[in-house]
Amino acid sequence: MGAIFRREISSFFTSSIAYVFLAVFYALSGYFFYGTTIYNGITDMSGMFSNMFMVIVILIPILTMKSFSEEKKQKTEQGLLTAPVSLGGIVLGKYFATVVMYIMGISIVFVYGLILSCFGEVQWNSVLANYAALLLLGSAFIAAGILVSSLTENQVVSAVGSFIVIMLLYLIDAAASFINIDFISNILRSLSFYTRYYEFTCGLFNLSSVIFYISAAVIFNFLTIRIFEKRRWS
Amino acid sequence: MIEVKNLTKYYGDKLAVNDISFTVNDGEILGFLGSNGAGKSTTMNMITGYISSTSGSILVNGIDVLDEPIKAKAQIGYLPELPPLYLDMTVKSYLNFMYDLKKCKLPRKTHLSSICDLCKITDVKNRVIKHLSKGYKQRVGLAQALIGNPPVLILDEPTVGLDPNQIIEIKNLIKNLGRNHTVILSSHILSEIQAVCDRIIIIDKGRVAADDTTFNLSKKISDDHRLVVRIEGSKDEVMYELRKIDGIKYVRAEIEREPGVFEYEMEAMDGTDLRREVNAVTQKNGWVILLMQSKELTLEDIFFKITMGEVFSEKLSKPSEKKNNGGNE
Repeated sequence: MGAIFRREISSFFTSSIAYVFLAVFYALSGYFFYGTTIYNGITDMSGMFSNMFMVIVILIPILTMKSFSEEKKQKTEQGLLTAPVSLGGIVLGKYFATVVMYIMGISIVFVYGLILSCFGEVQWNSVLANYAALLLLGSAFIAAGILVSSLTENQVVSAVGSFIVIMLLYLIDAAASFINIDFISNILRSLSFYTRYYEFTCGLFNLSSVIFYISAAVIFNFLTIRIFEKRRWS
Repeated sequence: MIEVKNLTKYYGDKLAVNDISFTVNDGEILGFLGSNGAGKSTTMNMITGYISSTSGSILVNGIDVLDEPIKAKAQIGYLPELPPLYLDMTVKSYLNFMYDLKKCKLPRKTHLSSICDLCKITDVKNRVIKHLSKGYKQRVGLAQALIGNPPVLILDEPTVGLDPNQIIEIKNLIKNLGRNHTVILSSHILSEIQAVCDRIIIIDKGRVAADDTTFNLSKKISDDHRLVVRIEGSKDEVMYELRKIDGIKYVRAEIEREPGVFEYEMEAMDGTDLRREVNAVTQKNGWVILLMQSKELTLEDIFFKITMGEVFSEKLSKPSEKKNNGGNE
């Protein structure tokens, strides 16, 4: 797992995906930071955080698009799958490398916090909670993106596919409001990725949401492992 | 040691490997021979644990590939048909990655540099893999398989894309590796397998068509005796006289090798030796023999005979066609 993790991180930088991701992420988050916090003359960053939801919906597919698709296309997955490593090790190595890459992006919010602290009191607790929410949400979406990339060898298909899957996860709320049957709409509401994230940005730290995002990440990673297993057996 | 028992693989409804069984002993170099799509790569992929078998078992040094895949994979160095190279890495960082991936315990620096020397890639160590020629890429792929000094090496068409000199080098390298490794290699270039392998398994349509030592296999089908002779003299007359020799099955003239010198290929009935007769005929007519050699059966012929077995026996059952076939071959 360690070897795959290190290779993956360095491949983000050699393939320049890292630079594209970080640049776009910093630019957009900087724009929202200015627009919602600095411009209004407040030290509350939750306005920026709630806008970041759509940003990561668009950016995470860029991070995950080549994850397994590229390996499949270049036939390098044959090297991984015949090496003495478990499938779990392969998938998690890639997963954590992508999460670390993502953390490099979102940690910029602490810089924003430092900037704000020059002008007034910053609620660091709320920043940390928001940061944790962004991290958890991203971790779940990354696992979904990697799952999609394991299904195709085309990076474009992988990126668009991940985008659609992540959008669907986002649209669970909308679906819930269209369905009149209480039972189903309640289930859908409790599966909502957005509502849970929105709660965090309002300052609510809900442990069940933390568990929800972590479970989502675990399930998507588990499905990725199953896909490799299934491919081996078919 | 590798033991393969009743190995079968279906891709959907398509039968790719049909009940293959064989054993490879320690230190043996086994050659897999077969045309494209015969099931060589599928068999190798199953031994290395890349894909699973539909039924049957594979033991690598006593470890079942399906039960304990990680342990079994640690025993094997694998060079797939397309080497699994990360094109944007340098050779050095790629080999380091494979070293880590295989959790190799040997001293990193000396081990990797000895492998680089062995595969002759030391001079390209710092270059990015995508800029390397096909031959170098192939050798990096081979180097990758050797990391960790695994007791079993499985090489799927290791000489593809190499120039003749490199092929000789790789052949020698594999021969040397065979001294303390168990090697399975596949190829459809027959001379290669003949030169390197102790034993050959011919795979055709997913089945083992033949499994024997290289020597025995060549001997098995060498009952027909063919002779290649270059004679200086008028082609038509030579042909006419040669055809009169007793016990000759066919004579055919090949191209004119030198001005006035033609090459003739002939086959004798039930293995009679033609050399003296041919000599006598040429002496009588005042022609000169410039070359005479018995046409050794190459693996190509064996391969052809075994994999085309059905077609062959059909033709044999129709004597008229067989005659034509002999003449126009």
